[in-house]
Amino acid sequence: MKELVVISGKGGTGKTSLAASFSVLAERPVIADCDVDAADLHLVLATHIRERHDFTSGHQAIIRQADCRGCGTCLKLCRFEAVQKTTREDDVTTYAIDPVACEGCGVCVRFCPQRAIDFPESLCGEWMVSDTRCGPMVHARLGIAAENSGKLVSIVRREARRIAELENRSSIIVDGPPGIGCPVIASLTGATLVLVVTEPTVSGEHDLERVLALARHFEMPAAVCVNKWDLNPDMTRRIEAMARRAGAKIAGRIRFDRAVTAAQLQERAVVETEAPCVADIQQVWKNINL
Amino acid sequence: MILAIASGKGGTGKTTVAVNLARAFAQKLQLLDCDVEEPNSHLFLPAEISGEEAVSILVPEVDESLCDGCGECGHFCAYHAIISTGAKPLVFAEMCHGCGGCMLVCPKKAIREIPRRIGIIEKRKSGEIVLLTGRLDVGQAMAPPLIREVRRRLLPGMPAILDAPPGTSCPVIVSIRGADFILLVTEPTPFGLHDLKIAVDMVRELGIPFGVLVNRAGSGDDRVHGFCREAHVPIMAEVPDDRRIAEAYSRGQLIVEALPEYFELFAGLAEKLLKNSGVDRG
Repeated sequence: MKELVVISGKGGTGKTSLAASFSVLAERPVIADCDVDAADLHLVLATHIRERHDFTSGHQAIIRQADCRGCGTCLKLCRFEAVQKTTREDDVTTYAIDPVACEGCGVCVRFCPQRAIDFPESLCGEWMVSDTRCGPMVHARLGIAAENSGKLVSIVRREARRIAELENRSSIIVDGPPGIGCPVIASLTGATLVLVVTEPTVSGEHDLERVLALARHFEMPAAVCVNKWDLNPDMTRRIEAMARRAGAKIAGRIRFDRAVTAAQLQERAVVETEAPCVADIQQVWKNINL
Repeated sequence: MILAIASGKGGTGKTTVAVNLARAFAQKLQLLDCDVEEPNSHLFLPAEISGEEAVSILVPEVDESLCDGCGECGHFCAYHAIISTGAKPLVFAEMCHGCGGCMLVCPKKAIREIPRRIGIIEKRKSGEIVLLTGRLDVGQAMAPPLIREVRRRLLPGMPAILDAPPGTSCPVIVSIRGADFILLVTEPTPFGLHDLKIAVDMVRELGIPFGVLVNRAGSGDDRVHGFCREAHVPIMAEVPDDRRIAEAYSRGQLIVEALPEYFELFAGLAEKLLKNSGVDRG
């Protein structure tokens, strides 16, 4: 089974549009949307949700106000600025945990002399299996301000693999998150190939260098594709030269084409339209040769 | 005034807005690049690095001569960063959030904390703008501790713009918490709209006043405008879909300098944001 991970470093370079097109071009793929913060692939690959599962992960500290004596131990021990101290008008000091800042370490829970802090499991989002016209898709929605996006990404990939084996499908197309941190690392480790989609801008160049360093760090084979290459042909050449030096293959160039947005508005993958850049995308897919 | 620039979707133009707005303010101002995984603001504000400091988090180190292998540390750790199975514990430093719990629970006081580098903070000065850039080391998974350190260097009394990472999870929250106003940058496309809705939910949960900037206006449809109208979200400004902007950006130029006809747009937005944040200039 082959697993292609589409990432970019910089956001908004066209990962999802390209992943949608690859999902159409691939033969019997399973699709995994690992951008669990802002999953968009389902907007162009109309989905029918088959299964829904809660994603619970970690715990959340909550102070029982009735039992709190206001000693301040929690404030002193918390390293995440999650304990908020308020002094009321009658000079009584109260403490509360900001759920958004709490990282669920449990230090305050353990060392509260009154044992006044509860520590329930927290619901951090959900993941789903859906049917699309290209094949089954696993996607997720991380709760707002939730932790553990990397763990949710791992679940999405694990389920995609399980379905691929079960239904005897030969490839998995992974739409990855932006950046180089925790969810990106969880998206790429152990995949067959990482395709980095970049753009010919100073930001695209800067971010590509870091994302290729990340791929090298995890010893992942990488290929690079410059989207909207004709916005700045000189920069495109510079980026391709840098990518080669960094040990990546060049998968091709895709022209600047307003029809990409038009396809999105029609809820279609670009390769399902007559857009001029379709030829470029088909060539990139051929070059990747998954 | 602390103004945070955020977005659900990546690549909508957060950095473009942050750097051009910073220049259009035309007064002493701090710009904090909190997108530590892929910081870009400095590419548009060329200036020599005037200071650089490494940022570390504290991770455990076990003194094996004191450890009796009781397993308390591994049992306590919520992140599986220290594992003890009968024998001496193993530390997985890259999983560690630096909470200090293992050290506190160890009955033999066999654990101390040692710094582990996760990234750097660079300081630059470009005209009136003091730019602080957080830069996560490649291969490091955890951005929030570095972002917290960038935020800690915010000087009180001087207006600040925070350039946040994309998304709605922990790195974004750490970046924009405590801001006076949040500007959500979006584009008028289905992806832009979908991710804007998530970002609006996030900002409403934080209870911070906010508005929207529509970038590449005219490139898609009017559903973003419709949503903003119905959800009572003010549109603070619109930047048109102009290929010249994309080209200037590609070369690392500020729009307000390369295309001066846009200066007024950003200066006007700066005025409006100052008024909206309820804080007087300076």
